[in-house]
Amino acid sequence: MAVITVNKDNFENEVIKSEKKVLADFNAAWCGPCRMLGPIIDELANENDSVKFVSINIDENPELAAQYGVASIPCLVLFDGGNEVKRSVGLIPKDEIESLIG
Amino acid sequence: MYDILIVGAGPAGLTAAIYARRASKSVLVLEALTYGGQIVNTLEIENYPAEPHISGFDFATKLYNQAKELGAEVRFERVTEIRKESSDADASHFGVITAKSEYEAKTVIIATGSANRKLGISGEEALIGRGISYCATCDGAFYRGKTVAVVGGGNTALEDALYLSDVAGKVYLIHRRDEFRGEEIAAAGLKEKANVEFILNSVVTELKEDGGKLVSVTVADAKSIAAGEPTGLREIPVDGLFVAVGRIPSNQSFAGLIETDEAGYIKAGENCKTNVSGIFVAGDNRTKEVRQLVTAASDGAIAATAAINFLNR
Repeated sequence: MAVITVNKDNFENEVIKSEKKVLADFNAAWCGPCRMLGPIIDELANENDSVKFVSINIDENPELAAQYGVASIPCLVLFDGGNEVKRSVGLIPKDEIESLIG
Repeated sequence: MYDILIVGAGPAGLTAAIYARRASKSVLVLEALTYGGQIVNTLEIENYPAEPHISGFDFATKLYNQAKELGAEVRFERVTEIRKESSDADASHFGVITAKSEYEAKTVIIATGSANRKLGISGEEALIGRGISYCATCDGAFYRGKTVAVVGGGNTALEDALYLSDVAGKVYLIHRRDEFRGEEIAAAGLKEKANVEFILNSVVTELKEDGGKLVSVTVADAKSIAAGEPTGLREIPVDGLFVAVGRIPSNQSFAGLIETDEAGYIKAGENCKTNVSGIFVAGDNRTKEVRQLVTAASDGAIAATAAINFLNR
């Protein structure tokens, strides 16, 4: 599945009410490490059907970043049943993301 | 068996790959994270010859594509060990072990760069991304109008403080000495900023958090810490702390085989040759004076040429 772009309007439906676990990638266009991480997230999204992958731009959605206390990007937050269960800050390799969602 | 195995896909490693491929050598690049190395953290590169303005991301991507187009093979695996399989100089042979596999090569170029040095105080790890950052240009935007501190005294610390002074409401610059190692011009620029306050001869001794977020740092007189009796304690409320206390060379995996200096940098001169025949070093993890993008690329060219000559000897 492709990565879904999430904003404050669809966050509730796509993340909080999601049946599947959700990996939220908080990022920004000007953030180099985020741009490095993007293609890895795309790859994982295509390989995994059991987890939903969403992208949240922190410039366009500062309230979501503030709500989840995101103060460094890239920041990956794993949601299960609408609750944050795991978090990783900074650029990490694919296998570490796999163990984060695994 | 590869002719040249390169550890690290930053500017040094990828430049080495370009030179090696243009000499028709078989090349494998192993990278633990993603290509580009630390340059991807740089918003805009303004000191690379003939590229007056380019983002670190674009630079890294162009370099990566250039190496790939020339036929370099790149795999994303962390190297955990290098073994010297043959002590015969005429049959140079190394085993390179990763978490996933094992590779063989006639020569190796180590271009693993360096990682951020941490403060090494209690609570630091848990507050990364929740008030503590190692990259001002990445995370400065989260502190618009807020109070932040920068700790360190080199160029990075000065540049970070200058950058943050335009974003944050207030910037403290905490440094353990009373003078800066960084460029004069950057320090002078900071002194003119009304919202920058210098806290000199001081070290950070404690981090306080509330609800999982950093709320203050406590500093103490640097000399008193060295004497073992902290004095001059001062708690400074901050929303963010930017740590810029230098970098650590990423050579830990090779320490048994290759000679390093006390700080962990692989000992090699400008010819990039290590104490092990057939192993070369390129970039920030080598003992050298100037650690810049252009010198990393230069090392890549020199190390690859040395490896090519070694193979053709």
